[in-house]
Amino acid sequence: MTDAPLLEMTDIHIEGRTGDDWVPIIKGVDLTLQRGEVLGLIGESGAGKSTLGLAAMGFTRDGCRISGGKVMFDGIDLLASSVGTRRDLRGSRIAYVAQSAAASFNPAHRLIDQYTETPVVHGVMPRAEAEADAVELYRRMQLPNPEEIGFRYPHQVSGGQLQRAMTAMAMACRPDLIIFDEPTTALDVTTQIEVLSAIRDIVAQFDTAAIYITHDLAVVAQMADRIKVLLRGDEVEEAPTREMLAAPKEDYTKTLWAVRSHQRAVQPAARGVPLVELRGITAGYGRVPVLKDVSFEIHKRRTVAVVGESGSGKSTAARVLTGLLVPSAGEVLFEGEPLPPDFRKRSREQLRQAQMIYQSADTSLNPKLRLRALIGRPAQMYLGLQGAALDERVRHLLNLIELEPDEYIDRLPSELSGGQKQRVGIARALAAEPKFIICDEVTSALDQIVAEGILNLLDRLQAEFDLAYMFITHDIATVRAIADDVVVMQSGKVVEQGEKADVLSPPHDPYTELLLSSVPEMDPDWLTRLLKERADIADG
Amino acid sequence: MTFLWILVGLACLGLSAVVLGWLFRFPLVALTRGELRRAMRGAPLMASFGMLVILIYAAVALLAPVLAPYAEREVIGAQYLPWGEGHLLGTDNLGRDMLTRLIYGARNTVGIALATTALAFSIGALLGLWAAAVGGWVDTVLSRIVDALMAIPALIFSLLLLTIFGTSIINMILVIAAIDSTRVFRLSRSVAQGIVVMDYIEAARLRGETMWRLITREILPNAMAPLVAEFGLRFCFVFLMISSLSFLGLGIKPPTADWGSMVRENATLISYGDITPLLPAGAIALLTVAVNFVVDWQLHRASGLKD
Repeated sequence: MTDAPLLEMTDIHIEGRTGDDWVPIIKGVDLTLQRGEVLGLIGESGAGKSTLGLAAMGFTRDGCRISGGKVMFDGIDLLASSVGTRRDLRGSRIAYVAQSAAASFNPAHRLIDQYTETPVVHGVMPRAEAEADAVELYRRMQLPNPEEIGFRYPHQVSGGQLQRAMTAMAMACRPDLIIFDEPTTALDVTTQIEVLSAIRDIVAQFDTAAIYITHDLAVVAQMADRIKVLLRGDEVEEAPTREMLAAPKEDYTKTLWAVRSHQRAVQPAARGVPLVELRGITAGYGRVPVLKDVSFEIHKRRTVAVVGESGSGKSTAARVLTGLLVPSAGEVLFEGEPLPPDFRKRSREQLRQAQMIYQSADTSLNPKLRLRALIGRPAQMYLGLQGAALDERVRHLLNLIELEPDEYIDRLPSELSGGQKQRVGIARALAAEPKFIICDEVTSALDQIVAEGILNLLDRLQAEFDLAYMFITHDIATVRAIADDVVVMQSGKVVEQGEKADVLSPPHDPYTELLLSSVPEMDPDWLTRLLKERADIADG
Repeated sequence: MTFLWILVGLACLGLSAVVLGWLFRFPLVALTRGELRRAMRGAPLMASFGMLVILIYAAVALLAPVLAPYAEREVIGAQYLPWGEGHLLGTDNLGRDMLTRLIYGARNTVGIALATTALAFSIGALLGLWAAAVGGWVDTVLSRIVDALMAIPALIFSLLLLTIFGTSIINMILVIAAIDSTRVFRLSRSVAQGIVVMDYIEAARLRGETMWRLITREILPNAMAPLVAEFGLRFCFVFLMISSLSFLGLGIKPPTADWGSMVRENATLISYGDITPLLPAGAIALLTVAVNFVVDWQLHRASGLKD
């Protein structure tokens, strides 16, 4: 082994095209990586993490160009080398693991066919050998039935398993460097642990160097030897993980650390008639019940967090509440009065009282309507506002969500950032002047700083308008930050419910325990410790 | 040698189209404001040429009595006179002025085609969007009816219906619109099916929006791009359908001037190497091409492929 670094990027400048102009995305960043070392790249969205990660392969996305700097990979100048040289390196010596494995696999081919393609094309090993190797790596990635899983199609495998299969695929040619681009962002906390530990083990076993891109500090703390913080294309600071966690130097890094500190003031205990109540709800699609005898209450001015992994029935509960799904048993009560199970039979007043904010602002805002119409419509419909009064109301709502009315009122959703779109979703819900809002994973598509802003906003609006929230989430950190009461759901049943302090402190139901312990902590030893604890329990 | 001349002729045509398009863009930009103006400035040359042609057709159709040298049905001389003084494009099989007939033909043929396409789209798109939005048995019943109607070849079916109900202009418009609306139905239904599953449609339903508003405000704007493209194509097909019906003698009745029947009436001249009967056919072809230039541009814009 030589002392020369495996990857050395010096003074990298990358520009992106907007219209006729080239706008800088990366403004002179240096990056050095030794063999077998894991570097964590963090920063909020738009900081240029992925762009820099791709540049390590000498690659840019469409509409971007590397305008300056040098990328040396093991003595080869990637930017000066021919397309052929780069093509030979990619896949065989440098590999890439994308954020969404589900979208990155070709749905028309079996996993193992996609696995063997790279080694066969690069002439590393013949197909039969590659297949045997795939099974071996699937085993090391702790995939169930490693002998068979490769012969399934991507849709027949769960998201966490796909992400591991993709990591195995990246390992196929035993590359010197792997770039992980947010590999666990789309996963549940419980699944995330499996993927993280599998990635960590395999990277250590083969002494592979890695660049780990994420916006989740706790995750990067588990994975990386060193951390580099990016802000708007500039490096903020770089330090060994433990050093940075213990004593961040720059102000920006400190704010990143502080993000998780949002704390909600303790609210007075609930009493009286609940605002919304689900009583003995059993519901499902077709004959399979998704919800089994679910009951919980939501009181005025309180936030109830409904937690569970995907498939636990959280969103189905919201659909029953809104009347989109008619339950086969049980009833929904609003202020003690039963609501008609089908939303079409509910009165306009009943519809007005319960509003919903969706997970994806991209699909929940009509892309052809301007904010004036998007936000104004509920106010026009329910409150009968017209003309100047309506305009006034929309402007007021835009002010509430901290968007400058004159600038934003005539914009289309496509002209907003992700966080701004979600704010518009909130304004639309508020426009109806409801008493109760369902928030369905409203922050899970946003990065932490933006999500924090949304949570603060929701919190402020709750106090201002006496709102009750039902907050559906799989993120325990969000629950800690905003909930008064917690309902834990698993496979269609309520496992545990009560006030936040009671549910989140021991003794726990085993499932709640699993959920809680799976939330990554800032401590770099957390994952090692957790896996050891779980192994000890399994051994008895 | 002839082949070469045809090539040169086509090249000249193409070049003059580009030049005309380029020239026409100046008044377009000058006469529009705001967002429309920005759109006009970015319009490709072929699109502005298309707009120019459509504008000319519209002007000719509207101002037919002013522009035409004679009345629509006036006999001005002998049959099949050659091009010359007093009858620029010659006379037809009854001795009527060809140019006059061409000008009035624009009014009749284009007007009827436009009315028919608009009607077909109103019926087809509304029913298609409605079927997708409501689903269930409404969707099933409508779709099966449309399937049954589409199983019969369009031209034969329209001949049949026109024979039953009698040939009048109103009947022809209704029959062609009904047959064409089945195609529009299929398209708009499948487009809308992709839209009705979006969260914003769910949000609108939960808000308690009426079906009419749901369709016109939430679904239709998002289905516009493929519908606009289809409108351009349909318009041309309807045009050709009316012309072929007229050619067969079931469309627009003589003595009303119509491009389709003009080709038929004067077809004998073709045997003598005279291109006059092909002029109405050329008029149809030019409009078809022009409409599609504009539609392609609109489609490009609506689909968000801005550059």
